[in-house]
Amino acid sequence: MADPITVNMTVNGRPRSAQVEPRLLLVHFLRETLALTGTHVGCDTSQCGACTVMLDGRTAKSCTVFAAQADGSEVTTIEGLATDGELHPLQVGFWEEHGLQCGYCTPGMIMAAAGLLADEPAPTEQEIREGISGNLCRCTGYEHIVNAIQHAAERMAPA
Amino acid sequence: MTSSTRPLLPKFVGERIKRREDPRLIQGLGTYVDDLKPAGLLHVAFKRSDIAHGEIRRLDTAAAEAMPGVERVVAGPELAEIVGSIPVATAYPAPEHFPLAVHRVRHVGEPVALVVASDRYSARDAADAIVIEYDELPAVVDAETAEQNDTLVHEGFANNIAVRAALGTGVDPETQQPVDDSAIESAFASADVVVSQRMVNQRLAPTPIEPRGVVAHYEPGREYLTIWSSTQNPHLLRTRIAQALDLGEHQVRAVAPEVGGGFGCKISTYGEEHAVAAVSKLLGQPVKWIEDRSEAFVATSHGRDMIGTVDIAATRGGDITALRLRLVADMGAYEMLISALLPTFTAALVGGVYNIPIVRSEITQVFTNKTPTDAYRGAGRPESQYFLERAVDMLARELEMDPAELRRRNFFQPDEFPVTTVAGGGLITYDSGDYERTLEVALKTAGWNELIAERDAARAEGRLVGVGLSYYVEVCGAGPSFLIPMGGWEHASVTVERGGKITATTGSSPHGQGHETTFSQMLADHFGVPMEDIAIVHGDTAIVKQGIGTWGSRSQAVGGTVLMLAAEKVSEKMRRFAAAMMAPEEVAPDGLVFAGGEIVTNDSPAIARGFAEVADFAHVPVPLPVGLSPGLSEEAFWEPEGVTYPFGCHISMIEIDRETGEPRLLKMVAVDDCGNVINPLIVDGQIHGGLAQGIGQAMFEELVYDDQGQPVSASFLEYVMPRATDLPRFELERTVTPTPLNPMGAKGVGEAGTIGSTPCVVNAAVDALAPLGVRHVDMPLKPERLWRLIGNGGGA
Amino acid sequence: MIPNEFEYRRAASVEEAIAFLSEGAGEATLLAGGHSLIPLMKLRLSEPGILVDISRIPELRGIERQGDTITIGAATTHAELARSALLLAEAPIVAEAAAEIGDAQVRNRGTIGGSLAHSDPAADLPAVMVALDAQFTLAGPQGLRTVAAEDFFLEVLTVDLADGEILTAVDFQAARSAAYAKLVQRASRFALVGVAVSLSIEGARCASARVAVTGASSHAQRLRAVEAALVGATLPAAAAEATETAGDELDFVNVDLHGSAEYRRAMVAVFARRAVEAAAARA
Repeated sequence: MADPITVNMTVNGRPRSAQVEPRLLLVHFLRETLALTGTHVGCDTSQCGACTVMLDGRTAKSCTVFAAQADGSEVTTIEGLATDGELHPLQVGFWEEHGLQCGYCTPGMIMAAAGLLADEPAPTEQEIREGISGNLCRCTGYEHIVNAIQHAAERMAPA
Repeated sequence: MTSSTRPLLPKFVGERIKRREDPRLIQGLGTYVDDLKPAGLLHVAFKRSDIAHGEIRRLDTAAAEAMPGVERVVAGPELAEIVGSIPVATAYPAPEHFPLAVHRVRHVGEPVALVVASDRYSARDAADAIVIEYDELPAVVDAETAEQNDTLVHEGFANNIAVRAALGTGVDPETQQPVDDSAIESAFASADVVVSQRMVNQRLAPTPIEPRGVVAHYEPGREYLTIWSSTQNPHLLRTRIAQALDLGEHQVRAVAPEVGGGFGCKISTYGEEHAVAAVSKLLGQPVKWIEDRSEAFVATSHGRDMIGTVDIAATRGGDITALRLRLVADMGAYEMLISALLPTFTAALVGGVYNIPIVRSEITQVFTNKTPTDAYRGAGRPESQYFLERAVDMLARELEMDPAELRRRNFFQPDEFPVTTVAGGGLITYDSGDYERTLEVALKTAGWNELIAERDAARAEGRLVGVGLSYYVEVCGAGPSFLIPMGGWEHASVTVERGGKITATTGSSPHGQGHETTFSQMLADHFGVPMEDIAIVHGDTAIVKQGIGTWGSRSQAVGGTVLMLAAEKVSEKMRRFAAAMMAPEEVAPDGLVFAGGEIVTNDSPAIARGFAEVADFAHVPVPLPVGLSPGLSEEAFWEPEGVTYPFGCHISMIEIDRETGEPRLLKMVAVDDCGNVINPLIVDGQIHGGLAQGIGQAMFEELVYDDQGQPVSASFLEYVMPRATDLPRFELERTVTPTPLNPMGAKGVGEAGTIGSTPCVVNAAVDALAPLGVRHVDMPLKPERLWRLIGNGGGA
Repeated sequence: MIPNEFEYRRAASVEEAIAFLSEGAGEATLLAGGHSLIPLMKLRLSEPGILVDISRIPELRGIERQGDTITIGAATTHAELARSALLLAEAPIVAEAAAEIGDAQVRNRGTIGGSLAHSDPAADLPAVMVALDAQFTLAGPQGLRTVAAEDFFLEVLTVDLADGEILTAVDFQAARSAAYAKLVQRASRFALVGVAVSLSIEGARCASARVAVTGASSHAQRLRAVEAALVGATLPAAAAEATETAGDELDFVNVDLHGSAEYRRAMVAVFARRAVEAAAARA
């Protein structure tokens, strides 16, 4: 059995530390070790994006990262998006625009959208669709998700 | 004159209201089955067959059992002793289906053994260490030749036939066998025009983004099993698991936590659910199994997979005189709960919205060595309308008739309803319809003439652009119990608590449909209270006493109706309490109205009591009014007398890259008639989702098996899922044709988008290629397939 | 979903990484972005005993120019390539090809070195590097060596990288008249066929051309017949004729659910033409 290693990372602003198997995937570290179950697993070929988190400020599929690789990193999950109990504009947008149905792809979708808006604060519809092309949704047909992201972008734009 | 100082709440039903489900889901606080971690939890991993067909010669679990963290390894014979075979709910003979294969494996992915271990990673390691040797058998893969195949998937099912049935003209409805071919033969012989086409409605993976998963916890002391599962119907799960484990239903609690999509593949009770429950009972500890996506592609039921040969006959003037469908349906290796019935749904609706005097379907359902097929959004109806609408479109082209005009000419007229169709063999009576009106709305919304002009201008530039139109009728809102083997009713309870808040339970089991919102809209209007004062509880058989579940677009029509029946019983009682509280005034309870958080007389000056005040009084009724019992909690069971038949018209525009064959969907217009709408935002969402899946079938998705029965497209690397960049914005309109079958006039809309869009998009693609002489193209619209039809690289 | 067990080492320098590889004696594999390796490990198609993480070695990151030579550190991510102002100005083909890899999340982790060393038959960057005549720096126990891109990609998933060696950097000359055209495999987003073209145009005529294809065959490779047909041609007018039989040059063509050999060969011609036209338009 491989020796466990210690990983230290900041998750949603809090320093977290644990002894883990080297092969522990970051998504399992978040879900199982830290009990942050908002990040979901939808596939095993790195395609569906349900596991998307922010890793050192950029979006990443946490199912394709070992917790060991994130030692020393900053991770933000869906649970860390709201600040001081106030929903993030993307969360508000998804709620206002019915951007979710079963909710399973939603945390990853919102994190992917957060990454998109960080790079591109005023995206066109086409840029939004490309920006979430790494995230699968089976329920919505994407249109309300696009509306949700537009809703957020308008409200996040500098006045 | 009523008082103007009383604040009135706005009406909720019919309004675009954001969902009550969303706050927890957008914060990642929803609890799905993999989020459950009872103390002492053990983990299951399955070892599955990697061949399509074979006898198990040797199963060696010794290495697995010795691995760290492993509690137990269980194989087929041991499990079969405990739970037996998984039963089906249809009347047709069905082969045995063991949760773990006992002697023989019949499809890639069939579970053969399972490991129970302390954690998920160890379970997987140990499952991989199980050694299985097979005596491989030839695989039956091609459905059309399964009947002639020397190899049998199941002894006892000669020629690999699961069901052979017929419906319609010249068919004995009792035996479901054809008895008189004279009418149909003469109709085709004498027709001015006959168009025939073989069409493949291909195998699909329903692919909810949450795969399946189960947690089971048997408590030996209490002799009580709790099972959580990503299921569309916890009550059915309870019934099935109780039966399998020789427990009474009073000893089983089934829970559907948040469920990440279903689309029909989470209705049947699966071998894995039986196995995990049995293992928990064996060990007396909680046990979890979560499906990987690679497993889901081979172990979760597939959709569609029917090959239809359609013949359609008409007069030169465009009257459709006869339709014949010969259908070969690939069941896969086993029957699921009601999968044997799905081709009958296909046949029963294949006349569609058209008044066709002679319609005959002949169905052959065969077993093959592939994953079982089962319901997938539309469940038999998309296949039906696909075969029909492609044939009608081909007929229009043959007659050189406008596709709208041909359809218009053959519609059932409004004054003909209710109409019992020939295709349905007497079983199907459409309740209501105004097909012409919906067609007109679709043509207008799409700007049909402008679209045609746009297409023609593109063609003049050498671009391959096409416009497609299709109509559909579908059946939902099931239904009377004689139609549904599990029972077709729904259950609801409504309780007004002390303090005036409301708890309502529903047997409906939403997994994205938003019933917590729509049902609280309805109750809020009924009781005159804010939506936030109402809890809609679902999914847990310990709290929701009875139910059937959410599938087949039935929850609004049936679940919503029975909810209001229960609500009415409560409000009736509250009126009587309120009237008693208004003593010594003599107030007639029937005249009292719920409005603005009060129960109030309708005359002037009004007398009112607060809703919460009345609720409190009902719980400490001093004095107890004559004829009333304390409390405000009522329930109802209800089933409709019939099913509803919503319909609609879809129009699309597509462009095909001449050089590569890549298709691009430019426009999608959907006009659906689903009856009254409770929340237009949610209904739009349901239609969008259905459109995406219907377009997915037309353009992108297919599950392919090679001739050894190996799945070739069993991952997202090969199975093309529609992404945000693949779909246009959808243009929706609605018409409202009332149904008399429930008081709300709601018909159901969850599957409509999927049914209408598939033939619509293929019709558009054929239109794009028609100038090149193309009459039909099979799905999906793969670039190479279109490229060949365009005439690059030779031939169609 | 669950990979096999392995030991994890994080290297702070190239020297340390080389040492870890040597110690690992054939059991050790490099881990940069992990987006080629980890998916294989999760399907248990790859089971290395030791992973050596090189993603944080500073000298392996960065995009620099010295004179006309652009140097990219092997652990630079596709996202960094896609948004690099330097690349967008001096060699936009690289930024544009990187921008079409996978999706945004994949691009944030996947690295140019990882993609090149893995050499998936349908990856995008190998063809781009061959078209740019890139030179790869390999560091190993024996020191440094340089391999030309066109000599690096040998066979399916096979490259000229010895056990114990690390691809540390790629160099190429600035190239503005270069373009990449890709037929996307609609499920995986890899290239069903991808053609990278780099031209030098003098007057209206093509003075030199390098054309490389991916997706169609076992590995990225040059299409020399097309290159010869392009030299001296007036572009874009002659693009179609020069690329008409581009697909015929390949000995081995991939066949799968998404395309037959015949279709792929035909698409090589189509996308070669599209890439030539795009590259010529930038001249």
